[in-house]
Amino acid sequence: MVAASPQVAEVWRWLEQIPDPEIPVLSIVDLGIVRDVEWPDELVITITPTYSGCPAMDVIAADIRSAAQEHGIERLRLETRLSPPWTTDWLSEEARERLHSYGIAPPQLISIANPVRCPHCGSPQTERISQFGSTACKSLYKCLACLEPFDVFKRH
Amino acid sequence: MALDLLGQARFWLGYAGDEDKLAFLRDASAFRNALLVEQPNGDYALTTARQFYFDAWHDLVLEKMQYSSDERIAAIAAKARKEVIYHLERSADWVIRLGDGTEESHARMQKALDALWMYTGELFEMDAVDREMLQRGIGPNLAALREPWIEQVRKTLNEATLQIPSGTWMQRGGRQGIHTEKLGYLLAEMQFLQRAYPGARW
Repeated sequence: MVAASPQVAEVWRWLEQIPDPEIPVLSIVDLGIVRDVEWPDELVITITPTYSGCPAMDVIAADIRSAAQEHGIERLRLETRLSPPWTTDWLSEEARERLHSYGIAPPQLISIANPVRCPHCGSPQTERISQFGSTACKSLYKCLACLEPFDVFKRH
Repeated sequence: MALDLLGQARFWLGYAGDEDKLAFLRDASAFRNALLVEQPNGDYALTTARQFYFDAWHDLVLEKMQYSSDERIAAIAAKARKEVIYHLERSADWVIRLGDGTEESHARMQKALDALWMYTGELFEMDAVDREMLQRGIGPNLAALREPWIEQVRKTLNEATLQIPSGTWMQRGGRQGIHTEKLGYLLAEMQFLQRAYPGARW
């Protein structure tokens, strides 16, 4: 017997449990990858890629499918939407704080008045080592106070 | 960057038709890419020069195409542009670093820029299809992008203490399917599996 169609809100709740494969401290909802959930006669979930070549998109789609199955949903349509293009502005305040405590400086407009703060010791005395870090979405910084290197999520 | 370009290519080919068939089963003469982008990696100066010329052009093209009258093209272009701005920043940084570096890196960067210059002319050619796309508001006026492209190249090369190449003879043919022998090597590597084991999946 198939579970009764859960409400759209319920779907959002279990989507919030699906971690991003590359930054597991954030969910695919936190990152703004899930754009829409609709349920006209079948469940339609619309997602958007962070970067065009994001290798995690297939994993994310598979994770959504298996979560849907676990919740007794047999028919699911996954759609991809490109417009408007994904932006880090979609990250919630809470998601930014979680990134910070995970050791990744959250995306921000960087200026002299608003320098990148070290996620380890909080110092604003930091310096960029490389604009292109471990993944396309991050750059590499070093803290001049505690000397720890750290990733900065790029504003995109 | 390679991942970005691969993802963007998948969007474009997926819109044009069956992305796998278009990528893996076309022969060289059916490809319409500019000769510039089939030039191989090698000396890092050559790789950098190719990327820089291309990124500067790519950025201008996408900037226009994000306003295409075709919704899907506009969406892909807007998405890709955000990434390509970074690509250009990166390759321009390298041109400057190598050009304004040691005597050796300066000389090699200049040589590479000169060597690939002849492949930049066809980037701004308009054929019958391009003209029709322009007329329908779908594609950009490539010829009109030449000036801003030269400006971008000049600005970066100035900062890199390099000379903008002065050659006027331009190689062409990529847009007509007439390629350098380099494309064959690229395709041999990329298409081998699908050619040897048609329909293979994993």
